[in-house]
Amino acid sequence: MTMMSDRQQLSYIAGQAADARLNVELETEGMTLNIGPQHPATHGTLRIICRLDGEQVVWAEPGCGYMHRGYEKLTEVRTFPQVTTLVNRIDWLGSFANEVPFILAAEKLMDIEAPPRAQMIRTILFELSRIANVSLFLGDLGVQMGAITPVFLAFRDREYVLNLIEGATGGRFHPNFDRIGGLKDDLPKGWIDETRQVMVKLREFCDIIEDLLFGNEIFQSRMRGIGIIPADIAKDYGLSGANLRASGVDYDLRRDQDLPMAWDKADFKVWTHPDGDSFARCWVRLQETRESCRIVEQLLDQIPAGPIMTKVPRIIKVPEGEAWVSTENPLGEMGYYVVSKGDLGPFRVKIRSASFNNISIVPWVLKGVYVPDVITILASLYFILGDIDR
Amino acid sequence: MPDKPKVPGLFKGLGITLGILKDTVVDGANTVQYPHEKEAPPIRARGVIALHEENCTACMLCARSCPDWCIYIEGHKQLAPPRRAGGKPRQVNHLDRFDIDYALCMYCGICVEVCPFDALFWSPEYEYSEPKIADLLHDKEKLGEWMETVPEAPDLEAGANKK
Amino acid sequence: MIQLAVEIPYWGQSLLRVLGGLVAVLLPAGTIVYLFLFKMMSFMQSRLGPMEAGPYGSLQLVAEVGKWMQKEDLAPDQADHSIFKIAPLVVLTSTFLLVVVVPFGPDAYFTDFAVGVFYGLAVASVSVLGILIAGWASANKYSLLGGLRAAGQLIAYELPMVLATLGVVIQAGSMNLQDIVVAQNTGEIFGFGGLGNPFVITQFLGFVIFMIAVQAELTQPPFDMPIAESELVSGYMTEYSGFRFLIFFIAEFATAGVFAFVASVLFLGGWGVPFDWFGWNNIDQVDDWMNVVGPLIMFTKMLVLTFIIMWVRFSFPRFREDQLQTFAWKVLIPLALANTAVTAIFKVAF
Repeated sequence: MTMMSDRQQLSYIAGQAADARLNVELETEGMTLNIGPQHPATHGTLRIICRLDGEQVVWAEPGCGYMHRGYEKLTEVRTFPQVTTLVNRIDWLGSFANEVPFILAAEKLMDIEAPPRAQMIRTILFELSRIANVSLFLGDLGVQMGAITPVFLAFRDREYVLNLIEGATGGRFHPNFDRIGGLKDDLPKGWIDETRQVMVKLREFCDIIEDLLFGNEIFQSRMRGIGIIPADIAKDYGLSGANLRASGVDYDLRRDQDLPMAWDKADFKVWTHPDGDSFARCWVRLQETRESCRIVEQLLDQIPAGPIMTKVPRIIKVPEGEAWVSTENPLGEMGYYVVSKGDLGPFRVKIRSASFNNISIVPWVLKGVYVPDVITILASLYFILGDIDR
Repeated sequence: MPDKPKVPGLFKGLGITLGILKDTVVDGANTVQYPHEKEAPPIRARGVIALHEENCTACMLCARSCPDWCIYIEGHKQLAPPRRAGGKPRQVNHLDRFDIDYALCMYCGICVEVCPFDALFWSPEYEYSEPKIADLLHDKEKLGEWMETVPEAPDLEAGANKK
Repeated sequence: MIQLAVEIPYWGQSLLRVLGGLVAVLLPAGTIVYLFLFKMMSFMQSRLGPMEAGPYGSLQLVAEVGKWMQKEDLAPDQADHSIFKIAPLVVLTSTFLLVVVVPFGPDAYFTDFAVGVFYGLAVASVSVLGILIAGWASANKYSLLGGLRAAGQLIAYELPMVLATLGVVIQAGSMNLQDIVVAQNTGEIFGFGGLGNPFVITQFLGFVIFMIAVQAELTQPPFDMPIAESELVSGYMTEYSGFRFLIFFIAEFATAGVFAFVASVLFLGGWGVPFDWFGWNNIDQVDDWMNVVGPLIMFTKMLVLTFIIMWVRFSFPRFREDQLQTFAWKVLIPLALANTAVTAIFKVAF
């Protein structure tokens, strides 16, 4: 007992009390079910400890940390280019998006800006990684519900985006392309035309998913009205990204922030949904994927000619200071707080990852739902374990 | 917009899967049947690192910048004959050992980027898996063999400033 | 009975029946697994499916059987071992019991019960027992949840199946499956005898209800809550591996095939084509070659119905348990009752 922290003790006592209540009222014993850490539905090694009454959840708590890799400690002994490589692996599905806030924070400390061509290509690759990330989400949504076909279509169409990223950067999943002051390399010939064709295919994919999955009455009856998160609760728990917008909060860091990226050069709509249930979250992400395709197509027409990298010294020493930059990543708001003491590498990096805050709402939202709905709600919240545990 | 007839989503979904079935039967699937057929990776694909030994001066920049510390370099200084007759012998770095441990390598490319003498190159080769992990340590000779597979750098898009 | 040149002793006839039963159950299972599970599902997902084992992957099932048979026979420590081990056999037994009552030709049948439909529906419920005891005996909370869901679902969907069959029985006037086949092939619809009278036309609502109930009895998506791969890993089958899982796997597809046989007998005219095409008036006039062609016709009809079952399986997400039950009790059963009532009225009135 003394080995547990205060919070754990309280949870334990609350669980015992819930059981006791059940024992008195229904004369049944509550069953404790571990969903995970090895489970097909949890996007990785997440453990949700549920106390069940029949098929209804009485109490739930997420147990994360099975994939903790010690990122913030690792960054203390790495240089800035090495940290850029490492942070690719936090949210591994939309991995270019992880590098960008870190590089922007370093550039903020150095008080330099990437040239306009680099900013534009950075934004395009950022949106491409968003499309790659969310199209997998749309396919995976089907699997969580039991429809096994959409996920294969998702992987098939995601391949085109990954081939694009590989053509430009050399790596499908871990591009490692952002550098302080710009990008590593310019785009190869023919990339822009290929990207245009891929955007057409991605739109067709979104249409197919809308008809096959979202239009399906069974899917809608599973998703509508399940896991409703009101806007104020969402803001209190620190949800971000599509989860927040699906509860009706009109907040998008691409539009509301002034970063040296090219989002202000594209005309895009921020999708919100008033309901705040699981269907709203999934629907908002579908519309965002379409919107990202539009953004990419608009930006492709506007890439300015010029250098891809500003003048930076060969060995970069970032001056002393602290900087915080956060961006609208595919999973939510991801931010880096970089503390530098003038060395080759950062002194301390604090990574604010979106999924960690997104699953903090799990105890609140899972009370009183059925076990199948647990899966539905977790699927609609959409987290990546690398993002939760870092 | 004309009023579309309301087809229940269930039947539309059935229609879509049947349509994909027909497309696969008529056009073929997207599957590339590896190992009978192989897709060519893009030119910049990061498959394996090749070493151009003549350019390497054992300056250790790549070994220092590797996030995993998977490059092992040993060298020694030795005297080389003078460039022209009557000059003094000059000191050169001779490379004794240059190993990359691909069991550790993260394929990040920092070593290729920082090399000041253009001794390291990326190659898209990816079929070098071994039954024993120890065989994934590629030594100088093996890294030199990969040089044959290094492609020419691709042309850049319009508007790029070549460095 | 057909007059054969050689007199086969009774034990020989029984052996032939057993072999025939094995073929009638396992051949559809193998064909369904290859054609629909491996190939049709893959093509619907824009991929090729197994291609390495045999030409176009046709021997993949043989490879899989071999793989499963050589696996270690594991059982959880706290499982109830004897019950754990017989659960898959119970499920497979019900399939074999069900196929003995299906006629494949005018003389090609295993048994000719006067109450064939009654018997068939009764033994189809035996598999429910197998699933339940698999869930309970596995000493695993996921299996338990799967078993409990299965109990509710399978019992709930038995009723629409029975009531849909009732409409067919009323229309045919007999519970004997052979008589039902003859009634469909010698009958006529509103005076037009060219197509016979397949009950799928007059009993269309019953056919739809039967197919939905079959989908639920087989625990296929959209009714696969007991298995629910993304939640319960494998439901009641979670702790089974190796040979025992193979039996569950074969039983799933064999049962699909046998239910499709039964459905084709009840609704599509069974082994026959309309007798008018050949000028037969009753079953005694049917030629002997129909005993060979009949099974082929049954096979084809079974493939058509299984195609529909599998097509729905690969396209839809799954229902939640309470939605499933609501659908059965509040939608299917009233519809089936109404269908029965209307059929009875029509039978009496016309």
